Amino acid sequence: MSGLLEGKRLLITGVLTDQSIAFSTAKLAQEAGAEVILTGFGRLSLVERTAKRLPKPVPVIELDVSSKEHLDGLADKVREHVDGLDGVVHSIGFAPQSCLGGGFMDAPWEDVATAVQVSTYSYMSLAKATVPLLSPGSGIVGLTFDATVAWPVYDWMGVAKAGLESANRYLALHLGKQGIRSNLVAAGPLRTMAAKSIPGFEQFEDEWTKRAPITWDLHDTEPAAKGILALLSDWFPATTGEIVHVDGGFHAVGA
Amino acid sequence: MASREEIVTGLADILNELAGVEQADVTEEKTFTDDLDVDSLSMVEVIMAAEDKFGVKIPDTEMQNLKTVGDAVSYIEANQK
Ligand SMILES: NC(=O)c1ccc[n+]([C@@H]2O[C@H](COP(=O)([O-])OP(=O)(O)OC[C@H]3O[C@@H](n4cnc5c(N)ncnc54)[C@H](O)[C@@H]3O)[C@@H](O)[C@H]2O)c1
Repeated sequence: MSGLLEGKRLLITGVLTDQSIAFSTAKLAQEAGAEVILTGFGRLSLVERTAKRLPKPVPVIELDVSSKEHLDGLADKVREHVDGLDGVVHSIGFAPQSCLGGGFMDAPWEDVATAVQVSTYSYMSLAKATVPLLSPGSGIVGLTFDATVAWPVYDWMGVAKAGLESANRYLALHLGKQGIRSNLVAAGPLRTMAAKSIPGFEQFEDEWTKRAPITWDLHDTEPAAKGILALLSDWFPATTGEIVHVDGGFHAVGA
Repeated sequence: MASREEIVTGLADILNELAGVEQADVTEEKTFTDDLDVDSLSMVEVIMAAEDKFGVKIPDTEMQNLKTVGDAVSYIEANQK
């Protein structure tokens, strides 16, 4: 994949551990010639430690997408490292425990609101915070888990993802005038910290590996990362508002 | 090659720095989660720090088997370079 992203400057959110989808994304981006800047949330010492395992050193900017202050200051912090950006990766999701694991009928609104703010609304907030740095032809990519159907245990996170899928289309609509693309990758299940925090997520992991027409590896985040980077390359110039499935083809088959 | 005692001491230093655990509390029979109260994110960081310190690779699939300090010490002892 060498050279696919030569000269591109990418802002990648969501690196936490080396299992994070964003970690593979940053790694493969660097290998493909991109200059990468990370944002980290919460446990920054862990993010920094994980970032040290990337092929090249990267700056890490603190970003809590629910903080107005962080969002307002983001563009200037990015400018300390690069003049502009060619791509932004939104690899962020969170829902309080009450919203997951079968709690659909009991989750209080405050918790649902948190899930939607961090997992859905932030897709727009992150785009808005970085638009001043983006030029025509650049792109924003987020991550969804197929929200066209209801999954056991995914509950309000599924609703948040359905909102994200819609927000992706609206972002495509509103940023299209500026030549900025917005797309999502719908990944199959992967054993990341986010997935492990969903009680009972294993239930459909097994189903997935059995039913997907081509091999699906629960521990390999590189296919999803490659999908993200392909969408940020120059090879999807007329694609926006799209959802690309990187799921072993699971979504396409009924049984 | 670090000895068992050296590995326990090394882990105690890491646990103290990253999870605020008292060094003296770190003994082989203690469980990370229940006895030492290390949450899952801290545990990930502790494991990464241990990998760097002792030159081992502790795969994600192995992490769930490391319930006690002694489990971690044994794994590191057997796999260190
Ligand atoms: N793992 C899967 O099975 C799977 C499948 C499809 C889609 N996804 C999506 O992929 C994305 C990345 O998740 P992952 O699986 O790599 O797990 P992960 O736990 O490694 O990443 C989730 C990230 O969200 C960040 N985050 C949480 N709250 C935040 C906040 N307030 N501000 C900024 N960042 C915040 C975390 O710090 C973490 O880096 C998420 O959107 C997730 O829903 C995951």
